[in-house]
Amino acid sequence: MEFRYLPMTEEDKQEMLKTIGIESTDDLFSDVPPQIRFNGSLNIKEPTSEPQLLQELSSLSKQNVNLKSHASFLGAGVYDHYIPSIVDHVISRSEFYTAYTPYQPEISQGELQAIFEFQTMICELTGMDVANSSMYDGPTALAEAANLSASQTKRNKILVAETVHPESRQVIHSYAKGPGLEVIEIRQKDGVIDLEALRAEIDDQTAGVIVQYPNFFGQIEPLQEVQQLLETEKAMFIVSSNPLALGYLTPPASFGADIVVGDTQVFGIPAQFGGPHCGYFATTKKLMRKVPGRLVGQTTDEEGRRGFVLTLQAREQHIRRDKATSNICSNQALNALASSVAMSSLGKQGIKKMAWLNMQKARYLKKKLEERGIPVVYQGPFFNELVIDLQRPITEINQLLLPKGFIGGFDLGKCYSQLSGHMLIAVTEIRSKEEIDNFVKEVGDIHG
Amino acid sequence: MDKQDFPLIFEHSKYGRTSYSLPELDVPEVDLEDELDDSYIRTEAPELPEVSELQIIRHYTALSTRNHGVDSGFYPLGSCTMKYNPKMNETVARMEGFSHIHPYQEPETVQGAMKMMYDLQTSLAEITGMHQVTLQPAAGAQGEWTGLMMIRAFHEANGDRKRTKVIVPDSAHGTNPASATVAGFDAVTVKSNERGTVDLEDLKRVVGEDTAALMLTNPNTLGLFEENIVEMAAIVHEAGGKLYYDGANLNAIMGYARPGDMGFDVVHLNLHKTFTGPHGGGGPGSGPVGVTEELARFLPKPALVERNGSYVFDDDLPDSIGRVKPYYGNFGINLRAYTYIRTMGAEGLKKISEFAVLNANYMMRRLQTEFDLPYTQHCKHEFVLSGKRQKKLGVRTLDIAKRLLDFGYHPPTIYFPLNVEEALMVEPTETESKETLDGFIDTMIQISNEAKEDPEIVQEAPHTTVVKRMDETTAARKPILRYIKE
Ligand SMILES: Cc1ncc(COP(=O)(O)O)c(C=O)c1O
Repeated sequence: MEFRYLPMTEEDKQEMLKTIGIESTDDLFSDVPPQIRFNGSLNIKEPTSEPQLLQELSSLSKQNVNLKSHASFLGAGVYDHYIPSIVDHVISRSEFYTAYTPYQPEISQGELQAIFEFQTMICELTGMDVANSSMYDGPTALAEAANLSASQTKRNKILVAETVHPESRQVIHSYAKGPGLEVIEIRQKDGVIDLEALRAEIDDQTAGVIVQYPNFFGQIEPLQEVQQLLETEKAMFIVSSNPLALGYLTPPASFGADIVVGDTQVFGIPAQFGGPHCGYFATTKKLMRKVPGRLVGQTTDEEGRRGFVLTLQAREQHIRRDKATSNICSNQALNALASSVAMSSLGKQGIKKMAWLNMQKARYLKKKLEERGIPVVYQGPFFNELVIDLQRPITEINQLLLPKGFIGGFDLGKCYSQLSGHMLIAVTEIRSKEEIDNFVKEVGDIHG
Repeated sequence: MDKQDFPLIFEHSKYGRTSYSLPELDVPEVDLEDELDDSYIRTEAPELPEVSELQIIRHYTALSTRNHGVDSGFYPLGSCTMKYNPKMNETVARMEGFSHIHPYQEPETVQGAMKMMYDLQTSLAEITGMHQVTLQPAAGAQGEWTGLMMIRAFHEANGDRKRTKVIVPDSAHGTNPASATVAGFDAVTVKSNERGTVDLEDLKRVVGEDTAALMLTNPNTLGLFEENIVEMAAIVHEAGGKLYYDGANLNAIMGYARPGDMGFDVVHLNLHKTFTGPHGGGGPGSGPVGVTEELARFLPKPALVERNGSYVFDDDLPDSIGRVKPYYGNFGINLRAYTYIRTMGAEGLKKISEFAVLNANYMMRRLQTEFDLPYTQHCKHEFVLSGKRQKKLGVRTLDIAKRLLDFGYHPPTIYFPLNVEEALMVEPTETESKETLDGFIDTMIQISNEAKEDPEIVQEAPHTTVVKRMDETTAARKPILRYIKE
């Protein structure tokens, strides 16, 4: 079998063996103790040629219903938005995608500057002073924020609203086990954090309070009231935020947030079954030296030219090892680049317009649903998602919607016992009036 | 901005210029200000650039020319496995049925994607000799933490709460001790011996009743196979500890040896290294973790399983350490790795390791005449030179690295591992031709000669890059981490 990724010829090999002074490449493995040598052949599929494999994988991909073949009303943290064509052209430039972490600034100015621009855009959207170069995703960024609040305040209680994405909460619980933090969930009331329940839990042992803005149900949390409750106990205010919504909504920094995190999947990153997406992490100047992950800073070269470098590395694992602020090494740089291109494309005006379009469409959907007699459960201010009560297993409804050309919403009963039969639906700028009307009609017919 | 500075995207911005193409509102407009309290409506627009589409394309195209990738030239960055990233993988990753599927679609509608994941996890279990694999972790470091959390859960399930320490060799990658801390352990160092591998006597000294695990990178970061691995495994297991295998360097041993057969309990892989996930300028990666049957019940939730011919996500795992990442991991990277494994098959994977190791040894033997080679046995996929000799001439490893830039090479990893003075860690990978290796070797020898004859040319390098050496001290002292409009 020929392998197109392996360039060595038999002649090359013989010359190289001679230089090394050995007979065969097997000699190079003589340090592997005989009792652990693998002498068989790995039991995996045979090598496959490019045309055959392309055909096979293409048919495998066609077995999946996708967001382009069906009109989707599914959101719940991953959204089907407009992706400018230029995004994929930029991230397909191999100087970007075949490079690694920009350790050598002289030949990595492209990547470094792109990250510096990304950091700037995240600061602009969130209103925070500092943003890092990316995290794995929104939920792990949130978990790192929770752990940071504990180490910073030397307290060990984390309060997290039940209206935060269920998977984010699960990840927070997992990450909290290492440092032994106590994570308490604050119940919801009318689709937003129950302020009374928060008031009852918050005390001088509270390291951080976590809310999502807009929250998992699409509702806009009362950040102002939360901020007031926090101030007396000096707990850190951690906000997880859909950055697209910040094109229209007041940035969390204005409500005194100490850390703002989220996922930039909404900007130029396809859903791809949940990953890779791109977490962001933004904070105050005060916490600059505690930030996890890589930071790019501006400086000058020997001749006074502006340039960029990885900086404040004394926080990181390769320098500080067990004392590092996080263990993150590889991040999501290429997706940060995709999001930068999408954000540049939207620009100062487009970002607001896109957020506004989402809100407009969502209100139209809400009105249509209500006219059709489908109860929309939460009535507070919201972004682009809402909860409907269908009193019937959501899986069943989604199965009925599929042949009509729709991917239905998220089954809230899976994560909230009191919300079985409830569906979370999202609408974005790319859902047309016709799709919304038809969706409401089909859901209405099923609902009866 | 100075005339000589390369502009930022923000510096192309001009009021009123746009590059977006959004659908017009096709539903009746409502007044949002009626509904929202004023304090929640943004008053100051974020300063995103106002640029045209062509400006964006020119900007990023120009930036890309200021960046070196594997496709630009040789990139022997040790410990990072900078091999060729097959274009076919990119084609596959962009197929609509893979790129535009939502993680919360009903499982019946995404069976194709789930089948791919199932096949991949099964293949990785076979390649590593482990019982079961999770694809959830986003990168190597997250895989390490996931693995350690499982080990922690195992000890806790046995009521064994005194095991608070994780032993890490002095040559280990920084993420190993950092992950130990994040998982709530104390990292303890075990020394290397004069052959560059773990010192068994020191291991016996540090191991004990408080040992939760030994984290071992094999081949280690010096590129050396841990010859005493069987003895080490026995020492740690006898003390009641678990064995964690950092498989970031699997490129050296595929088809030759498997962590599971070495007695290891947990292993993580870096699919963005061995299995061609493109490095993306720093990520995204993927760090699957394999475990023995004994530890399988602690794997993160959900597990992907096959039931009566279809694939399902199983959340009903009472002993699981929980969820480590939203959804199911970095699917797009896993898909590229799968495409690669299917392209190569068992025969190809073994050849990869054969040539990765051959290339490294060839380079090492040719370079050892000019550079100090602290460990002289055969290496595996990479080797570490010391710039000690050149340092005596006033030329540091950093200077050698910078001089390489003038010849169009990405330098090796420098000053790592920490147990070698003036380290230069070279990993050629199997995808490079002999001509490329020879070209690099000749250049290294030339630089070594320059160090003797004309050290300044090395000390003042690079001479040909778009910027010269950067003032990193000021960058850290007076951090400027974002652009602010003048
Ligand atoms: C030996 C070793 N272990 C762990 C890691 C961490 O992997 P990642 O960067 O994917 O988190 C690396 C990569 O840099 C490595 O070389």
